[in-house]
Amino acid sequence: MTTASTDLNTPTADEAAAFGGEPAGLSTDHSRAAVDGAHTHGNGSSPQGSRAERLTSFDLADIPVPSGREEEWRFSPVARLMPLFDGDLSGAGVITTVVEAPEVQVEIVGRDDKRLGTAGRPGDRAAVVAWNAATQATVVTVPAGVTASDVTSIRIEGTSNDATAAHLVVHAEENSSAVVVLDHVGSATLTETVEIVVDEGANLTVVSVQDWAEGAVHASSHRSRIGKDAHLKHVVVTFGGDVVRVTPDAEFTAEGGDVEMVGLYFADTDQHQEHRLFVDHAVPACKSRVTYKGALQGEGAHAVWIGDVLIRAEASATDTYELNRNLVLSDGARADSVPNLEIETGEIEGAGHASATGRFDDEQLFYLQARGIPEIDARRLVVRGFFAELIQDIGVPEVEERLLASIEDELAKSMSVIEGPRA
Amino acid sequence: MSTLEIRDLHVSVETKEGPKPILRGVDLTLESGKTHAIMGPNGSGKSTLAYSLAGHPKYQITQGTVTLDGEDLLEMSVDERARAGLFLAMQYPVEVPGVSVSNFLRTAKTAIDGDAPALRHWVKDVKVAMENLRMDKAFAERSVNEGFSGGEKKRHEILQMELLKPKFAVLDETDSGLDVDALRVVSEGVNRVKENTDAGFLLITHYTRILRYITPDFVHVFVDGRIAEEGGPELADRLEAEGYDRYLTGAASA
Repeated sequence: MTTASTDLNTPTADEAAAFGGEPAGLSTDHSRAAVDGAHTHGNGSSPQGSRAERLTSFDLADIPVPSGREEEWRFSPVARLMPLFDGDLSGAGVITTVVEAPEVQVEIVGRDDKRLGTAGRPGDRAAVVAWNAATQATVVTVPAGVTASDVTSIRIEGTSNDATAAHLVVHAEENSSAVVVLDHVGSATLTETVEIVVDEGANLTVVSVQDWAEGAVHASSHRSRIGKDAHLKHVVVTFGGDVVRVTPDAEFTAEGGDVEMVGLYFADTDQHQEHRLFVDHAVPACKSRVTYKGALQGEGAHAVWIGDVLIRAEASATDTYELNRNLVLSDGARADSVPNLEIETGEIEGAGHASATGRFDDEQLFYLQARGIPEIDARRLVVRGFFAELIQDIGVPEVEERLLASIEDELAKSMSVIEGPRA
Repeated sequence: MSTLEIRDLHVSVETKEGPKPILRGVDLTLESGKTHAIMGPNGSGKSTLAYSLAGHPKYQITQGTVTLDGEDLLEMSVDERARAGLFLAMQYPVEVPGVSVSNFLRTAKTAIDGDAPALRHWVKDVKVAMENLRMDKAFAERSVNEGFSGGEKKRHEILQMELLKPKFAVLDETDSGLDVDALRVVSEGVNRVKENTDAGFLLITHYTRILRYITPDFVHVFVDGRIAEEGGPELADRLEAEGYDRYLTGAASA
């Protein structure tokens, strides 16, 4: 029997609140924390109670409009998200265009199609509204045994700010392999469901890029179901929009499942970027790896990362690790980072988490400048370095190139801020 | 032939109790090809001198001048000083995660020279310099200073000095924390730069042992923020035998 020996540390309510309330720049690294008596795991000790008990439902009446005081919403600008909580929302503010690999099937189906609603259940108001308000869905199917020869691109372009619901299903059948990229551009007020089903032995990569223009408000519930010996790489990239809240859930249905969840975000002045993850280890011998990294700059830039992992009593031989790092580049930005690990069995391979928020380091800047490197290039080097490994992990060259370009754009913005007062 | 001239340099650091003077009137002239050792007890201001020359924002120059070939060094930003030909080998080199040594070296070389180095020559230069410092090839792909041992950090500093070819190099306690083998490798590196370039050196050290490997032309004893005594290499031998007590007593009674 292997028990998790280190890294097991769920913040207590006080700790989580204190961390959330601290100014950006302080860091906690739970990876270095030792197990101590003051911390317990599971059994309802985390501030919001066990994830296993969290209400999920397809019924609008079960999940009311939040006030902002709920655990689910306490970091979110609820007033700005309010249009997405309206159960009657009926806008048509996005145009969805799919360019599929030749082997991949794409259908537009009605909301009564039986392939909808098979991966997870809505877990918050925006998600249950998305489920109920969407009138049709885009279903992307990778047929059994097929390896897609090209990337399948789904472009979701915002055309108006009428509150809109959208539904997308990506289904990789047995032993298939494919890469699917969702690209959100333009400006919209959108609540979205993305169901991801990975059947036995399939290998699927889903990348969701939130590259919205200014003014966009976006909530997206990603719900993944991972079958026997299946592998899902789930990548979230958030750059644009005013408020973006992505809630990726992953559940395993059979042994041997493997999920890699990778996220990268860059929050600017007055942007709110929130990523709430939940990995549900309900069956034995599955593996999950979560790595999210973000940079923040400018007054009112706010990033929130919540990483919930639940290892249920049945899930022996689980192997999980989650990590969140934030790099704060300027004053006035704030990062909240809360990892939660609940463990209901000791018979696991490993379980750990780490979270750290650091400032752009003046000593790093001095060191690089002392080698002749101008401040602009020094900052670029450090930020690129921060994201480098993660970008390499994505494994989709088109996305990697675009990411590097987006990081350059973001840095150009911060450089003009830096250079302004000194010029 | 270059000259680095320090005149009546006064430097303070900001503390909670207000500015605290550290350097109290330093006069020193360095010339190409010459090696000056600055020796002194802990807290005498040796490292402050090093970081003030490099332009660390923590140190406030309150009086005096520093010129490099007549140019006002104190008016320059940190990177401008480096591009003007000043190099500081740091006592505590800083980690830069995700930035490989090879990328860092190439970026620095490009910044110093104003042009990217010709690739073929550059790759060879780096390879030779690393071999000379007994650094494994794999080193080039590691993140700058991340997880480096004390000796590796110091070798990496000397590697940068060899490749960037400064006019003046300030070595801030490069010998501290090195075992005898590492000290010899690092000293050989300094001696190679002495032989192959016309650089001038300011060697800051608490101990005399590095002076067994690198022979100084001048030795300055630093006490309480200024130079208390100057001489040739024989002064180092005297310090070895007598220590700094003589100066400390003098300073206390002064």
